[in-house]
Amino acid sequence: MSRRVCVIGIGHTDFNSITPDVEWKELMYESCQKAYVDAGVDPRKDIDSFITCAEDYLEGFSIFDEFVPDQIGAVLRPCCTVCGDGLYGLGTAYMQIKTGLMDVVSVESHSKISDLLTLGDILLHAFDPVFERPVTGPVERPRYGGSPEYTKEDPKPLVGSTKEKQRVHPYFLAGMEMQDYLRTSGTTEEECAEVVVKNKMNAFFNPLADYEAKISIDNVMGSEYLFSPLKRLDISPNVDGAITFVLAEEKTAKELGVDPIYLSGFGWSSETPWLSTRGMSADYATKSSQMAYKMAGITNPRKQLDIVEVDDRFSYKELQHLEAIGLARPGEAGQMLMEGELAKDGAIPTNMSGGSLGIGNCFEATGMQKALEIITQLRGHAAKRQVADAEVGLAQAWRGIPSGSGAVAVFERGGA
Amino acid sequence: MAKKIEGSPGYAPGTRVSTKDIVQKKISYSWWEPEVQYSWSMGQAMSKFIMGLKDGKILGRTCIKCDRVLVPPRMFCEYCYGPTDNWIELKDTGSIETYSISYLDSDARRIKDPILIGVISIDGASPQHGFMHYFGEMTKEEIHIGMKVKAVWKAPKDREGAITDIKYFKPLKGGGKK
Repeated sequence: MSRRVCVIGIGHTDFNSITPDVEWKELMYESCQKAYVDAGVDPRKDIDSFITCAEDYLEGFSIFDEFVPDQIGAVLRPCCTVCGDGLYGLGTAYMQIKTGLMDVVSVESHSKISDLLTLGDILLHAFDPVFERPVTGPVERPRYGGSPEYTKEDPKPLVGSTKEKQRVHPYFLAGMEMQDYLRTSGTTEEECAEVVVKNKMNAFFNPLADYEAKISIDNVMGSEYLFSPLKRLDISPNVDGAITFVLAEEKTAKELGVDPIYLSGFGWSSETPWLSTRGMSADYATKSSQMAYKMAGITNPRKQLDIVEVDDRFSYKELQHLEAIGLARPGEAGQMLMEGELAKDGAIPTNMSGGSLGIGNCFEATGMQKALEIITQLRGHAAKRQVADAEVGLAQAWRGIPSGSGAVAVFERGGA
Repeated sequence: MAKKIEGSPGYAPGTRVSTKDIVQKKISYSWWEPEVQYSWSMGQAMSKFIMGLKDGKILGRTCIKCDRVLVPPRMFCEYCYGPTDNWIELKDTGSIETYSISYLDSDARRIKDPILIGVISIDGASPQHGFMHYFGEMTKEEIHIGMKVKAVWKAPKDREGAITDIKYFKPLKGGGKK
């Protein structure tokens, strides 16, 4: 098993809050085409296997995998869809290459979340129907727009729920977890707010980011509570976009003459789905990082990792994940942040891309967004946000509400 | 639990569950009607195509490299993976590639009048490029593979920019004979 797996091409679209000008296929085509050109491969000849990562319900298609071959160059070729975060697709590609089954594999994931009009309800559908879903409502809400008696002049809205009674938005789960995290770790709401300030500031230096902002802790603390203790600015806004990687076995990469970035470690893990039973401290991240560290030969992650991207779809998640993967002692990530240790010139530069708070929540492409930043940094192409001498980087993914699943990938610059 | 009858063919009579059993909660089940709504952006290719239908036109995209005319149109060619090149207007005639006479609805109940449905290669497009659509003005005895057909359009005022702006395909005059 001496075969080594590396990333030889990356491609992505812009990230935008809405993308009414293109359909999801065209979004996928753009990112794939860019990745194939970046790697210098012709997908119709040189790529052995194609992987996409998508969730049918988010896409709005049953058996979504049937819809992908055309736009990724995979017609009548080995192709499959992983129902999960894009990082799981990287893991699948890793295995296909490592085993010798394939030499060149492409991995695509995207978000076209602006097509989905009832996200809250779709996520509630992921709650256990007997034990948990009944405790999410219905709840009454204030009436908007006066009487529900619709007329021709004031018609019933075509989109969104028109019911007077709705269920609670499932993001309350993050509020619950944050509550627990603040209590057990001693982290403060202000420290979580600083995550937002940092990431939205980092986003200014990432042309991909759609939600950059120069704000202070006061702005975050002053934004309204949505799922206490989570406030509006603690929550990453949604975004559309697509990301594609081309991976290859080392020898093939050298033949293509590209500068490879090695995928040296990979791990993944899933919690029990029972909301009342499972841990609140991102054990999925701990387990998946341990697996990845072992594979990559990392014994002291704090010392050996030069840059990390961790899931920050909710502000506290960044701090919680840093502690879970062993980059901060329990309860110390907030302090490290305040002392500047997570900045570009700090001990552990974290979410230099702007993260999900600065770029937006890319749903199933979130892990790939993290990996994209690590590859860009290890290639030395991150311009103003470039971390000096970045040799080893980590991307961590969480599958989002209401999941307790995640993955970790470790990347190294050539020769390491 | 029904008693399994041994032997072949394997058959277990089971216990019938009626709507009453469900409504009276004699069996355990959970019920949920999710609120699921999407509004998909149609994108570059389909938007133009759909607007064409509204004008009573069938539009295709060409791939110069592969010498193909693509219907439905797309902005990329899935064979060579390059971008497609030009829009062209096609005739609204074609021939039946294959068909089926469908007697059941999606709930597997028998429908009154069987539906004639199939795929049509549109004249001027590459082989096997065209529509899946209904057939009309023909009997199930008359329909056959290779039959020449023509689109029957909705009146212009009723068209809304949808694949159903074509109501069905009928036999082309003089082309309907076996």
